[in-house]
Formats: sequence, C-alpha cells, structure tokens
Amino acid sequence: MEHSGLIPTQLRRYRDRGAPDLHLQFGNRQLAQLVSVVLVAVVMTPVAFIIIRAIGAGQEGIEYLLQARNLRIVGNSIALMVTVTFLASLIGVPFAWLTSRSDLPGQRIWLVLGLLAMVIPSYLTAVTFTDAFGPKGALQQLLEPIGVDRLPNIKGFVGACLTLTFVTFPYVLLPVRAALLYSDRSLEEAGHSLGLNRWQVFAKITLPQLQPALAAGMLMVALYCLADFGAVAVMRFNAFTRAIFLQTESFRMDKASVLALVLVAMTVLILMLRSRVQHRGRHYRIGTGANRQLQTVQLGKWRLPAMLFCGTVVFVGVFIPLLVLLDWLSGRTLTNPIHVSMTELLRNTVGVSTISALTVAVAALPLALLALRASSRIDRWLVNLAYTGNVLPSIVIALALVFFASQNLLSLYQTLPLLIIGYSIRYLPFSIGATHSAFAQINPRYEEAARSLGLSARAALLRITLPLARGGILAGLALVFLNVMKELPTTLILRPIGFRTFATRIWSAYDEAFLSSIALPGFVLILVSGLVLIVILRHNDSLH
Amino acid sequence: MMLYKRYLTLFVLTFVLVSVFAIPALTDESDALTIYSGRNESLIGPILAQFTEDTGIAVEVLYGGTSAVANQILTEGDNSPADVFIAQDGGALGALAAADLLSELPEATLDRVIDPAFVSPDGVWVGLSGRARVLVYGPETLEAMALELPGSILDFTGEEWRGVVGWAPANASFVSNVTAMRILLGDEETSQWLGDMIANDVQSYPKNTPIVQAVIDGEIAVGLVNHYYLFRFLAEDPDITAALHFFLDGDPGALINMAGAAILKTSDQPDRALMLVDYLLSDDAQEYFASTTFEYPLVETVEPAVDVPSLDEIESPDIDLSDLDDLQGTLELIEESGALD
Repeated sequence: MEHSGLIPTQLRRYRDRGAPDLHLQFGNRQLAQLVSVVLVAVVMTPVAFIIIRAIGAGQEGIEYLLQARNLRIVGNSIALMVTVTFLASLIGVPFAWLTSRSDLPGQRIWLVLGLLAMVIPSYLTAVTFTDAFGPKGALQQLLEPIGVDRLPNIKGFVGACLTLTFVTFPYVLLPVRAALLYSDRSLEEAGHSLGLNRWQVFAKITLPQLQPALAAGMLMVALYCLADFGAVAVMRFNAFTRAIFLQTESFRMDKASVLALVLVAMTVLILMLRSRVQHRGRHYRIGTGANRQLQTVQLGKWRLPAMLFCGTVVFVGVFIPLLVLLDWLSGRTLTNPIHVSMTELLRNTVGVSTISALTVAVAALPLALLALRASSRIDRWLVNLAYTGNVLPSIVIALALVFFASQNLLSLYQTLPLLIIGYSIRYLPFSIGATHSAFAQINPRYEEAARSLGLSARAALLRITLPLARGGILAGLALVFLNVMKELPTTLILRPIGFRTFATRIWSAYDEAFLSSIALPGFVLILVSGLVLIVILRHNDSLH
Repeated sequence: MMLYKRYLTLFVLTFVLVSVFAIPALTDESDALTIYSGRNESLIGPILAQFTEDTGIAVEVLYGGTSAVANQILTEGDNSPADVFIAQDGGALGALAAADLLSELPEATLDRVIDPAFVSPDGVWVGLSGRARVLVYGPETLEAMALELPGSILDFTGEEWRGVVGWAPANASFVSNVTAMRILLGDEETSQWLGDMIANDVQSYPKNTPIVQAVIDGEIAVGLVNHYYLFRFLAEDPDITAALHFFLDGDPGALINMAGAAILKTSDQPDRALMLVDYLLSDDAQEYFASTTFEYPLVETVEPAVDVPSLDEIESPDIDLSDLDDLQGTLELIEESGALD
C-alpha cells in the first residue's frame, strides 16, 4: 500500500487488522461477493464439465490418451512451445534493446511496426506464410533464377514455429523494453567503470536484471503457443488445440474432453513452474537511486546490421502478410461465390466484440473490488477462481460450452449469448487485471474525502473511484475487444447458425482456397485491430 | 456529478437490453427452415438463396464437414434443431438412416431420380447430384518429374510419387472413398494403404478446392478429388493447365458418389422441409447443379453441362451407395492411420 502513510492513524489501524475497507463495508461487500460467486460459478462450468466428461470416459479415456498418436500430441505441443518461446526471445530481446537503449534511427516507428505483428491474427499470418514460403510461393519465384526449382513444404512443425514466433515476439518485446527503460542503470555504469565491455555488461548485468520481465514475456509466449489454434490448424501441425478441434467438430465429446483436460493440466503446470522461478532472487533496486537519463548506446558500425535486423523482423511479421493479402486482392484465385457484405461482417464482428468487452468489463468490477480489498480467504479464492480463464485455451471453453448447451441448456444452444459467455470466460482475467490495477492506483484519500463530505459508499464508488479508474478500465476493455475480434475457435464452435464474423469468413475462405476472398476481410480486420492497438498503446506507460 | 451515475445506469441498462434481446433477434428467425449442410456454402448456398427467393421460406444453414455435421445430429439426437440434412456423400446419410433419425420421403419425390442407386432402399434419403472420384493432375509437373499416370490409386504408394500426391483426409468424399476401399479390399489392406500413403509423404489439404489449386500452382503433381472442382477453376481461367484422369477397371479410385438430402424425424416443419427437397430435385435446381457446380444431374430431364464421361461410361467399382454407411468405422480407421495428424 504505497499510500498508507497518508491515511489517518485510526483508519490505518483499521486496515492493518484486515478489516473491511471503506468501499465494501456498507452492504456493498456482500453484493460484490454475491455477484462474484455467480460469476465464478459460470467461469468454472467449463472446467467442471470437462473434468466430469474426462473422468466419465474412464478406462477408455486413458487408453485413448496412451495411444502413441495421442502421446505424440503432448510431445508436439511441448516442442512447439519450447522452440517458439526460445525463438521469440531471440527476436524480442534485441528488438527491445534496440528500440530503448540504442541510437537506432526511428525507434518509435520500429516499435509500433513490431507490435503490429501481434495484432495480425495467427491464422492470417499462417495462411499468408504458406503462400509466400510454399513450394512454389513468392520466395521460390525469387530464388528461381539461382536454380531453386521448388522449396520444401513448410507445413507442419517448421511453419507453425515460424508463424508463432513472429506473432508472439512482441509479448517478449513489451515487458523487456519496459524493464530496460526503468531498470537501474547505475549498475551498468559501475560495470563499465570496472572495465567490462559492452557485451559483457549486457550479458552480466543487463540480462540478469531483465530476468523477471523476460520470464513474464516468455510465459506469455509459452501460454500463447499452447492455446493457439489458428497457426497450428493452418499449418496442419498436430498440437493439442488442433486435435481437440477435430474431435469437437465431429462432436466426439469424451475424446475431446480427455485431450482438453491434459492441455489444461499442462497450462497449470507451466504457471506453477513460473511462480516457483519468480520467487527466486532479487531484481529490484534497493536505494531509490537517480532515474536519470543514461546516454544512449552508440551503435556505430552496428547501425546497419541493427536496422537490417529490425527491418527483416518487421518485413516478415507484418509486411509479408500485408503484401500477400494485397496480391490476393488482385484476384489470381477463385473467389467465394457467396457474397457477404463487408457491412454485415463489420457489424457482426464489432457488435459482438463490443458487447463481449462491455460484459467482461462490468463483470470484472465486483471481482476487481474484491481483489483490491480482499480481506477474507473467501474473497481471495473467488478472485483466484475468476482467473480460471487464463488457463483455459478458448477451444477448451468452446468445446465445454457447446456440449453442455447441446445436452443440458438447449435454450442457449447456438445462440449469441452463449458465444458471448464463451468469450467472457476466456477474457475476464484481462479485464479484472486492468480494472484492479486502475483501482489500485487511485489514492484512497479521494474517496475518504468524498465519504467525509457525506456521500454514501456507493455514491463515492460511482462518482469518485470509477471516473478516476476510467482510463485503465477502458484500456482493459480495448484489450478484450481486440482479442474477441480476432478469436477463431470460439467463434467457429459457438456461433449461432448463419452468424459470420471476419474470423469465420477468413476461415471458410481458407478452407476452400478462396484466397481472394480472404484479402478484404483480412485487411479490415488488421486495420481495426491496429486502431485498437493505438488506443491501448496510448495508455501504456512503457511507450512514453 | 449525478450525471455520471445516470449515465452509468443508462449504459448498463442499454447493453443488457441489447445483449439479451436485440442481437439474438437480428440473427434468430425462429420460423426459418434449419438446414444442416455438409456441402460447402459455395456449392449449395446460391441455390438455397434461390429457394428462399422463389418460395419466401427463410432458411438458416449450418455449414460443416459432412461427417462432422452427421455426428452433430447424432449427438443432438431428439434435441436437434435441424429440419433437413444435406450431405456430400451417401455414407453419412446411411449412418443417420441406420440410427433411425430420418423420416420417409414420398414416392413422388423419390421417383424424380432415375437411377435407383441414388435413392435410399428404405426411401429415407434421395440423391441430389452425382459426382465421380477422379485424379486431377498437372501435365507440366508430371512431365518435369518424368511421371506417368498410374492405373490405380493403389499405385501412389510407390517411391516415385513421394511428396507429390495430395488428398483431403477429413473430407466426406474421401471418407466414403475409403469406405468403398474397405468393402472392396478389406480393413487390413485399406489400413495398410493409408499408412503407406502417409509414409510416402502424401500432402494433406482441408478440402478439394485447395488440392486443385495446389496442382495448378505446381505444388503437387496429382490430387484425389471429385470431378467437378477443376471446372470451377476453368470457368474462371480457361488457360489453366490441369486435367482429369478417370481410373478404369472398377478401381476404388473411380467411385461414383452423390450429394443427397434427407428430412429429420425431429423436424417441426416437415412439409416445408419436403418443399425444399423437391425444389432441389426440380429442373431449375438440377440445371444449377449441372451448369454451375458442374456435377451430374440425377433427373431425366437435365444433362451434364461439361465434357465428362457419362455416369454409365465410368468404370466404377460395383458398390451400393447404401452400403457405405459405416461412417464411424471409416473415420476411426482414418484417424488411427494418422492421416489427420
């Protein structure tokens, strides 16, 4: 509690005893708890369902899992995750360093371009990569003069790695760059003065300091790889999500549930591993130090290679997808004879994303309040459970909901509310996190002042706290919006009959090789995502 | 400041209203005929739209793979919202017939189709269009690789075909082709063939169209597809260099199959469902299948629109379409072979 020194003694004692806080002491607490219990119940439904189905599969389920083919799925997913996490760090860390510490020209432009790679949906990147790097693709045409007749097919492990690396490296870039900007540079100066050269300083001082940020980024990448469906589906790499999708699509509930349970267990395992690693060592500064501007590192003769590096990364991750889409727009392939207006797609996509983002934002409010003022074990458990979405890849949520609804909840089967519930469970943690940290940054004295001037607790919450937290809440909202808009497996499985979004339109066009019909929805999707990214970035301190 | 509170209340209220009522109302037309289609939207969508235009009956169509959609209906059981099932192969229809989910069609409807091979023996499903399994090949690629067209699809396990054959293992037409192989050769040999094909680095695609595209692009030399896909490409660009090869002597690769339709027992509007099935067997619709999707029309009054051997001329294996109903068995065989991995 960074503000606790400013709170009158009596109140502080109150807080020290873990007594209910101002917001929640006048009946609001019970309300927040009650609502949270309901929300957590909804959030937990898919897991519960999967566990019940998987256990129900019993002996047969275990036999199915132990078939060599299915064990290979585990190996495939792990191999993909490890390789991509490594490669994404290999790109993300230097990219972060170059755009924060060096005198690389056009730092901000490189940064924004690099981050754009993150908003291009993985399935779109994958589809364009298969075209550009295919046996007879653009790359082969380029190499034809030097006698390359055909290239090996990149579908499978190579293609999935390539795609996911370029989609996920920004998840390393962002936290590492923030850490580079705010870490204690006097240590590096000390290193220099003790005779280390630049590389040694980086390896021995900077890198260890970056470890928590790097670990956080790598964790994001690892979880992304496990949960991603688009890239592995397009590249036909048999990772968990693709295998689960195949079973779900054919409505083979037990097999899908068994696979899903293993996937969730793996995700939980990785998160546990993270929390063990994270609690080791000390990376913060002890003294306040002076956060002064350190001179940027002169790249000198390294400037050209540095620009080449950033240029290649941005070219592959952002411009190749865009260029391939542009090529398709010119229509050298079959077009989908079914015409769907852009307006319909835009209305559906933006409509459902907005409603989902709002739903999630509102649902996150009581949970964020509980998180902030958690004073009992129950509160803490509720908040922790609400984060379940973090360990549930969308495909798992979708499969649970579609089976659950088709058997037990027919009135929601194939309806929009079920689709929105699916999105909400997955992305609720994003919103709780954003709202929580927005609340945490508000000096409680404002609210205390409002209370002392006669406002009720609820009025103080609505008129003081919420308006102050608006920025953070909106940023969370935008993040959820962005993710829902790109979301593929949930939309494919849970959408009402005839409901089309950009994602489903792109998917069906890919399915039937109507590449020209991918182009326009692809462009619009990237454009809207890019705009939302800007909104999020404006709120993100690490970019100032 | 009270403004803010009022604004918030208003905003919460609006979005609750919107999410609960407005949007579902936009997409949900409760009296629409619900169609589960295993045929691609690009093939069947236009004629369904025409049906709505001509009859005023709105349709809601769920598109998916034929086997997947059949499984979905089996899972939904009595709860299925589907009125009509449109399949792209006889096997899936047979599987639903075997599960006693299909209602009987009237004689008048069944009689529209001349060849009894395309009508369910129990009268619960009817063929809409015929198609032949063929090989699509790129003459230039074959020449560059010094390959010759094989006599049988069983030959593709040879070393010379490594990595240059394409198939769509999840596609229903392929699935029933495998079912036919099981009947002709037995499970063991079929399984062996699947395994050998995979060992020979056969290239997998999601559907038939991407296979033809890949042959045109020179990515692969040959692909196992239905006959009509190539004509869709030729219609857009006559200069494409790819051609069809029909296998001879009753080879399993020359299976003739059909797309068909059935009405679900659970349908709450069987009369309108029948209107749709009859519509799809009308001369106009059959003309559409002949000239737009380039399939074989199944009624007496309409002729194929493209230059292909007639169904009688194709030396297809001697198999009853209604015998292709062990869908699950084949799906499991394909899955176990690792073809989907």
